[in-house]
Amino acid sequence: MVIPAQTLRHSFLRHNKKFPHVWCPGCGNGIVMAALLRAIYRLDVSKDDIVLASGIGCSGRMPTYLDFNTLHTTHGRALTFATGVKLARPSLNVVAIMGDGDATAIGGNHFIHAARRNLNLTAIIINNSIYGMTGGQYSPTTPFGARSTTSVYGHIEHDFSIAELAVTAGASFVARATVYHAELMDRLIEQAMRKRGFAVVEVISNCHVQYGRRNKLGGAVEMIRRFKEQAVTVSRAKRMSAEELEGKITIGVLKDRELPISTEEYKKVRQRARASRGGKV
Amino acid sequence: MPESAQTTARQLLQGNEAVVHGALAAGCRFFAGYPITPASEIAEHLSVLLPAVDGTFIQMEDEIASIGAVIGASLAGVKAMTATSGPGFSLMQENLGFACVAEVPCVIVNVMRGGPSTGLPTSPAQGDVQMARWGTHGDHPVVVLAVSSVLDSFSITVKAFNIAEKYRVPVILLSDEVVAHTREAVQLPPQNEIKVVDRIRPSMPPDWYKPYEGDNRGVPPMAAFGDGYRHHVTGLIHDEHGYPTQNRKEIESFHERMARKISRGFPDIQMTRGFHTRDAEVLVIAYGSVARSALRAVEDARSKGLKAGLLQLITLFPFPRSTVTPLLKQCRAVLVPEMNMGQISREVQRVNQCDCRIVKHNRVDGQFITPMEITRDLLKL
Repeated sequence: MVIPAQTLRHSFLRHNKKFPHVWCPGCGNGIVMAALLRAIYRLDVSKDDIVLASGIGCSGRMPTYLDFNTLHTTHGRALTFATGVKLARPSLNVVAIMGDGDATAIGGNHFIHAARRNLNLTAIIINNSIYGMTGGQYSPTTPFGARSTTSVYGHIEHDFSIAELAVTAGASFVARATVYHAELMDRLIEQAMRKRGFAVVEVISNCHVQYGRRNKLGGAVEMIRRFKEQAVTVSRAKRMSAEELEGKITIGVLKDRELPISTEEYKKVRQRARASRGGKV
Repeated sequence: MPESAQTTARQLLQGNEAVVHGALAAGCRFFAGYPITPASEIAEHLSVLLPAVDGTFIQMEDEIASIGAVIGASLAGVKAMTATSGPGFSLMQENLGFACVAEVPCVIVNVMRGGPSTGLPTSPAQGDVQMARWGTHGDHPVVVLAVSSVLDSFSITVKAFNIAEKYRVPVILLSDEVVAHTREAVQLPPQNEIKVVDRIRPSMPPDWYKPYEGDNRGVPPMAAFGDGYRHHVTGLIHDEHGYPTQNRKEIESFHERMARKISRGFPDIQMTRGFHTRDAEVLVIAYGSVARSALRAVEDARSKGLKAGLLQLITLFPFPRSTVTPLLKQCRAVLVPEMNMGQISREVQRVNQCDCRIVKHNRVDGQFITPMEITRDLLKL
């Protein structure tokens, strides 16, 4: 089903917000935003019931433009605010949108504990391997050897995989896409939002301005084309050796499992508390 | 409704427990926190009591996350609180600023212990007073209250929530290790005698709603997420719609309203208690547990013929200048005993527009200030 861009614009963009947005031409953030809106369109939930929380960075500006209950929090803390919103009003559909540095450096502790806690939340992480807004410093997903404004002699630390971290930390649903795979991405986001439990979608994105330029990776088109070449599906990746997977991006659903959800479990805690206290406080 | 507040039976409670009962009586239904001495009992008791009243308790991964969750819960329409001590309060400062700027009502309890750093975890201190006012960066409105007894821990906690809700401001409640862990027999008022204030919610159609347009008091009505008033909340300086702004007029009017909403509320927010102040020639200004030693000291000094009085500060910030300044004019000397190097005495000095002699009495050795010490100093004035 093709959803006309005009439908998305008129349904979900804020009419009273002063555009333009802050993103550079060719930025992957817009592709992620459109995929999120297509997913929400198909979910067919009221805009009043959606909360979109973000942290700090280029990704952090996304909620500003969208006509939901939107919350632009402090750096790395989107999931902590989202946790409070969800626990206080479990009927709300809460999505946190973060960047790689936001979610896994300054917010790394919150990210692994949100995964472990398994609230019914959705986390979308736009991973462009760099701190874009502050001028191109290295992040936890900047590859070994890469150039950034704080690693001009080559990066000496190793990156980690956000999706694999989420699986290990206990998330119910973990998926990965790239900004080339826009239609896959919106299906994964839709699946994540339907999933009961903590659901993570990592999106590999391009920051040609801060990352591509310094690492001779070309502009937006070249970077996004490279994602297409690097991508292998989960099923194909299973048949490949570690050497063959070197430099590849595995896309699709990496983990989908049923685990107790703490929002549901807390209902039982309330029943036990009421029973044991006989209605007394 | 908490049973403890319905009955008038006397009960033996610790300061930290009284904070819990005060919070529940004020309508608090969400708590997020992280273990820390000497505040942990607040979390422990709320983990037992909140689920029994359809509230929510969660232990987060650190204090940064705790206050984040509290802000989130308040934005979703639920009265929320966290409790910590010095090291945790340090970690909360950034998000505390978010609550100030986004005008999110919440209560942050800091049961003070000796600092700085890990300091003296089990010893009393009052070293976080100026930090409570100025800990988060930038100019910001915030209200700081101090409790001196178990009964205060109940009633001032209720007030803290009421101020938070009425002015859409985070309220910091300072307790200390002595108040927190002292057990006293108290009689809590019945729930129907407790004044509970709830935030004003918007009544206009959602299309008309501007989430950061102040009413005549400078306080905007607050819609909860999910109420149909979709709006944007940010830590960036924002316009009346909540959207980030760089417009100098909008920035200025934002800061002006932040300051005005608190200054217009001074008579309501600034709480003090006077003891023997009417004819006092020398005065003690004290707060927290030290105020109780001070009261005893003032009574002892009176019995020795000295016309001494006590002004107990419940509100530390905004500093209750309109009460303090006239007393400085009236008295020839003022003694300010504190378990720090002089964090409130500098405020007293700041509002001293006459020649009143301000004398400090400071202890930072992890020991409580006794009535005898204060009496001795009073008799020297």
